[in-house]
Amino acid sequence: MTPSGQAAVQDSSHYRGNPTGEVLIDVRGLKMHFPVTEGVLIPRVVASVKAVDGLSFQIMKGETLGLVGESGCGKTTTGRCILQLENPTSGEIMFHGQDINGLDDKAMIDVRKKIQVIFQDPFSSLNPRMKIGEIITEPMKVHNIFPDEDARQKRAVDLLTTCGLKANFYDRYPHEMSGGQRQRVGIARALAMNPEFIICDEAVSALDVSIQAQVINLLEDLRDEFGLTYLFISHDLSVVRHICHRVAVMYLGHMVELADCDELFDNPIHPYSQALLEAVPIPDPDLENSREHKIIKGEIPSPISPPSGCVFHPRCPKAVAKCSNQFPELREVRPGHWVACTEV
Amino acid sequence: MGVLLEIDGLKTQFFTSAGTVKAVDGVSYTVDEGETVAVVGESGCGKSVTAMSILRLIPWPPGKITEGVIRFAGRDLLQLPEDEMRDVRGKDISMIFQEPMTSLNPVLTIGLQLTETMLTHTSATENEARKRAVELLDMVGIAEPERRLAQYPHHLSGGMRQRVMIAMALACEPKLIIADEPTTALDVTIQAQILELMKNLTRDLGVAMIIITHNLGVVARYSDRVNVMYAGKIIEYGSAADIYYRPHHPYTLALLKSVPRMDQPRQAKLDPVEGQPPDLTMLDGGCAFRPRCRYATDECAKGLPPLENVGSGHFTACFQKDKLVSSLQEAS
Repeated sequence: MTPSGQAAVQDSSHYRGNPTGEVLIDVRGLKMHFPVTEGVLIPRVVASVKAVDGLSFQIMKGETLGLVGESGCGKTTTGRCILQLENPTSGEIMFHGQDINGLDDKAMIDVRKKIQVIFQDPFSSLNPRMKIGEIITEPMKVHNIFPDEDARQKRAVDLLTTCGLKANFYDRYPHEMSGGQRQRVGIARALAMNPEFIICDEAVSALDVSIQAQVINLLEDLRDEFGLTYLFISHDLSVVRHICHRVAVMYLGHMVELADCDELFDNPIHPYSQALLEAVPIPDPDLENSREHKIIKGEIPSPISPPSGCVFHPRCPKAVAKCSNQFPELREVRPGHWVACTEV
Repeated sequence: MGVLLEIDGLKTQFFTSAGTVKAVDGVSYTVDEGETVAVVGESGCGKSVTAMSILRLIPWPPGKITEGVIRFAGRDLLQLPEDEMRDVRGKDISMIFQEPMTSLNPVLTIGLQLTETMLTHTSATENEARKRAVELLDMVGIAEPERRLAQYPHHLSGGMRQRVMIAMALACEPKLIIADEPTTALDVTIQAQILELMKNLTRDLGVAMIIITHNLGVVARYSDRVNVMYAGKIIEYGSAADIYYRPHHPYTLALLKSVPRMDQPRQAKLDPVEGQPPDLTMLDGGCAFRPRCRYATDECAKGLPPLENVGSGHFTACFQKDKLVSSLQEAS
């Protein structure tokens, strides 16, 4: 069974955005193994990095799904697979019910218009030799959306204004802008195609806190205005809690927990999710000093030779003998709350 | 406890083709023996440059310490000849940098890098230094320390490298450690491990620490006193409780309000600081936060607000602090 978000999204006033019951993205059994080769002239595959190892989830139209986990857990690779920037080893990626895995380049062009991405680093994701206007109009030109140059320019200026930038940024270069402004350009570029689905890969992580809040508000406003669906990849749990409807926690290529945002943050069930939430320091000195800190030991193992059974068992405070040989499947422990742990 | 480090009126400037960048513009603070002091602020506010100035590591050209006194254990570091300054660096004051990937030398073994400081600064023989290196690695929680001595930095994970950096910082039993964003590059579970380790070690060994960070959560748990910097100046300082529960500066308040909090109900919308930080080459005589400030009036443009006492050990540089405090009281 595939974890679905149906009936899981609550109708609470603090939720913004409008998730519907319609499935937009359906990832089934996604695996991405990168070969490790030895030998210079005749490389042979000696092992594989199991970056993503059997991942299934759905994203509803209008929903924001958070994907959290630490470096190397496979969250970025998942995003890249959906964008078809990687060729997944196996699995299906259904977009509007059509498997986009292995579509030919021509068929992919139409899909690419609808799926856009905002990258983490606002310094390396904009071409330093292109003006802001060229950066935003280029995708429109490539996809032949506005054949007329004046129309393209007008649309670019509109997008700049929508993203809170002045129209005169059109003729500037990326180096003349601050990090927050560049990230807004990245967002304007993503919007240029009228996408349905945007993958935000650590989109606010490189920004200072005061600027971060501005960009988060912008992403939420755009979601409301254009009915966008986001896959929000981040390691910052407090930001994810703020912006997402549902959250998936990943560890070493596997999904260990998936639940409604409030449900996950109030009642985390998987020992890894619990440890992750415990580790976030809270800006309140009295609370911090009175809070008990259960810190999990050890570090993330290598995805080349992941531990047998449950991949988290070497670090898990609740591990028992069978965890080392039995792989825990995701199962629904409460409506809409999925956990991959045999001990709960 | 006595004052270990006293910075008084420090000014560090960078003379660039675009103009003079006043990166640190009249910063004063003290660190007591065994105390942990946090310096908080966003990119470009001068928090790292202040730290580099303490160790006199500002590259000339273009940077220069133009004014001020840095008194450490009774001596003015800015007046010391270079060879005496070398004795201070790494021995009395050591530093932990943000990037554990780039701050270790990739072509030298862990053992060599750990013993180097001890061989330079103490009379230890090579054998004694190696023995101490094993002790240090054990102390920072690295398994099989003897084997690690022969390994290179690329054999270690990010968290392990940061542990090695801490071991190096502790090698000569310094009186003060400056930690510049020590956990920013690390994952959150590893960050918790490293911060807990640093807290325990500094407490057990009685080492004072300056922790430079932009993470307000880290500050809340690990520091006794907090300095908030904006555009090269300290705009507010006090105990952690003063800063978090009784902020008197609009910027401090805005920083606290702009982060989503895990312990509170979700808000519909975040409350960001509008606008961009100022260009440090173009500061005028008024309050630098004025263009982004909700409480600003004409008065704020006229002069620089001085740091004024608003409670025991709590100082704020804002002309509108009374207005801010009364509006906060009304809101609650």
